[in-house]
Order: sequence, then structure tokens, then C-alpha cells
Amino acid sequence: MTAAATERIPILRTSEFLLVTIQVDMHDRLAITLQDDLTNQIVKHHSRGVLIDISSLEVVDSFIGRMIGNIAAMSRVLDAETVVVGMQPAVAITLVELGLSLPGVRTALNVDKGMELLRTSLHGAPNGAS
Amino acid sequence: MTTGARHLADILKRYDAQILKDWIAEQLEVARPEAITESALRGECQRFLGLLREAVQSGGMSDVAGPSWSGVRDMLAELSQARAAGGATPSETATFVLSLKRPLFARLRQEVGRDADTLTDEIWTATTLLDKLGLYTTEVYLKGREEVIRRQQHEMLELSTPVVKLWDDVLALPLIGTLDSARTQIVMENLLNRIVETGAAIAIIDITGVPTVDTLVAQHLLKTVAAARLMGADCIISGIRPQIAQTIVHLGVELGNVITKATLADAFTIALQKTGATIGKGAGR
Repeated sequence: MTAAATERIPILRTSEFLLVTIQVDMHDRLAITLQDDLTNQIVKHHSRGVLIDISSLEVVDSFIGRMIGNIAAMSRVLDAETVVVGMQPAVAITLVELGLSLPGVRTALNVDKGMELLRTSLHGAPNGAS
Repeated sequence: MTTGARHLADILKRYDAQILKDWIAEQLEVARPEAITESALRGECQRFLGLLREAVQSGGMSDVAGPSWSGVRDMLAELSQARAAGGATPSETATFVLSLKRPLFARLRQEVGRDADTLTDEIWTATTLLDKLGLYTTEVYLKGREEVIRRQQHEMLELSTPVVKLWDDVLALPLIGTLDSARTQIVMENLLNRIVETGAAIAIIDITGVPTVDTLVAQHLLKTVAAARLMGADCIISGIRPQIAQTIVHLGVELGNVITKATLADAFTIALQKTGATIGKGAGR
């Protein structure tokens, strides 16, 4: 078994949601493994929301952009909302220049705000608000 | 060319004092009296003649850009910059070099005498050389000017894209002037960086100060909005004047689901509503 085959992106489970933190360069196999794992976890835990944290991604290409869009679409099919959080300014500019503005994917500035966004959309009013 | 160089070097050496005197007289005749004093001019001329002689002696008459001419070039650049700073026009600066022609040609004629062929050759060599040096002063002058323009342009870019914090979680970006690609890039970067710094949820882009909106400007605006959305901040475009609203529709620009408002105040109200803040006239007081 090669190192690449064992390498995978961890999926953390919070009380309600799944949290995926992408910190390494994505490649085909890793992306497919992540899609596999994530869809399985959503079904297993009946998760209603997925947070994808890409705050440590400094470089993106069209492949990663498309992959994020795919993951969001798959989660939606399984009735889980996806929020992409922590995108760096340079990454945002690159994606826009590439023409990948991720329609249908919700975004938030950080994990905290992303969770709040998910809670609001799932349960109505956010915590603490009237 | 070599005989020309030898003659010229010879003459510069032999008639140094006379040429200097004639040259200064020549310049004082055309110069504005307040522009330069005779003693300062004498110093400059003396230095230039010295450097010129050295350069001519070391050969390479045709190659003014070559290494043997670096002394002359440096001196001329310095002089041109000093003159420009003193308010001289480029032609006044070029005259410094070009006015050397008459005294120099007079000496050439005196030296070569009646031999018309040689004299023509000599004069041609000298005039080509002096023209090149004269052009060089103009070039340096223009370069200096261009540098100033470039710096001002850069400063204008920096100055014209402030990102203002209006409220907790609310940023405003008042745009002034036409949006081109380079400016959009700076505006976008500024805005996105501030969004990260302040954690703002809403950014208001106010285009009151944008004189015209064409498809390109609209596209740049939409790009900025899209990039901000990717980072998790909503954008509101405000300050749309009636003509601009008409233009946008006539051009068929699709603003999508971007919120647009006529005034910054309206946009601010919406932003406050969205962030759950309220602002009132202080009825409790």
C-alpha cells in the first residue's frame, strides 16, 4: 500500500454537523476518497449540515473549485447543506477570474459564522436572537 | 571617422579657452538672464568640455551610448535634471549642448582651412555627435517627467480606494472615478482583505462617484461582488444614479441577485436590518 492510498482528509463530527478541513494539496484520488467518506458519514450520522474549511488553502485551481461544487451538490442530494468557510482573498479572486463563482454553495467568513448560518437555516432564528 | 576624431580632439585641446569663451557668450545671448549666472555656467561648460575631450580622445565617436561616454552622459543627466528642477524647458536644456556648434565649427574652419571636403566631413562628425548629446538631455528630461507621472498615478490609485467601516460587520467602499481592470484588482484586494480583518458580513459598494458604467465596469463590479460572496460577505451596490440605471438596462447587464439601492443611506438601513442592529432617533431619552 502506498502512502498516497492511505492519505485522506479527516472529517470531524460536531454535535450536528460535519467539519472538513482541507489543508493539503488536492489531487484526484484524495478528492474521490473525500467524496466517498463524506457521503458515507452524512448518511451514517444523519447530518444536516457540512462545513468545508479551506482557510489554509493558499492556491486553488479549477479542479479544486469544481470539486467543492461537486461536494456541495452531493450533500444537497442527501439533504445536508454545505457552507464553505474561511476562503482567502487571493483564492476568492482566483476563483472569480476562473469563472467559478460556486453558484448554490453558501459561504461564511469563518467556522463560527458558518455554524451560525447552518443553525439559522435549519432551526430558524440564530442563537441568542429574538 | 578616426581622422575626424583626431581633429576634434586636437581642436578641443588646443583651443580650449577660446571655445569656452565663445560658447559661454553664445549661451548668455539666448538665455534668460534670471535662469543662470555666468559663473555657474562657466563651471558647467568647463566640466562638459573636459569630459567631452576625454571621451573623444578615447575614441568611439559614433557610439554615444558606449562606456567611454558614460562620464559625459552622467554629467548631462545631472545637468538636465537640475535645469528641469529650476523650471527650464527641454529646449533650453538642449540648447546648452547645441550652442557649442558655432564656436566649435568656427575653430574647425580655421584649422582645416580651404579644404571643403575635409571641412564637410569634420562638421558632419561634430554635428552628429552634438545632436546625439542634445537629444540625450531631452530624453533624460522626459524620463524624469514620466517618473513623476507614474508616481502620481500610483498614489492616486492608493488614495482612491478607501474601505470604510460603517458599523459592526458593515463595510463601505465609496468608489470614485472610472473602474478599469487595474483599479478593480486593487479595489477587490483591499475590500477582501478588510473583510478578513474586520469579519464584516456586509459590504456596501457605493458608485455615486463613478461617472459612467459600461459593460466592462459592470462586469468588474460583479466580479468584486462574486469574490466577496465566496468569502462569505454579502454585497450591496448603492449610489446608482437614474442615468446609470437606464444604461445598465439598455446594455442588458444582468446584475443577478445583487441587492441594489439608490442611495448609501438606503443600503445602510438594509445592512443594519440584515445584521440585526437598529438605529433610531433616541426615543428613550
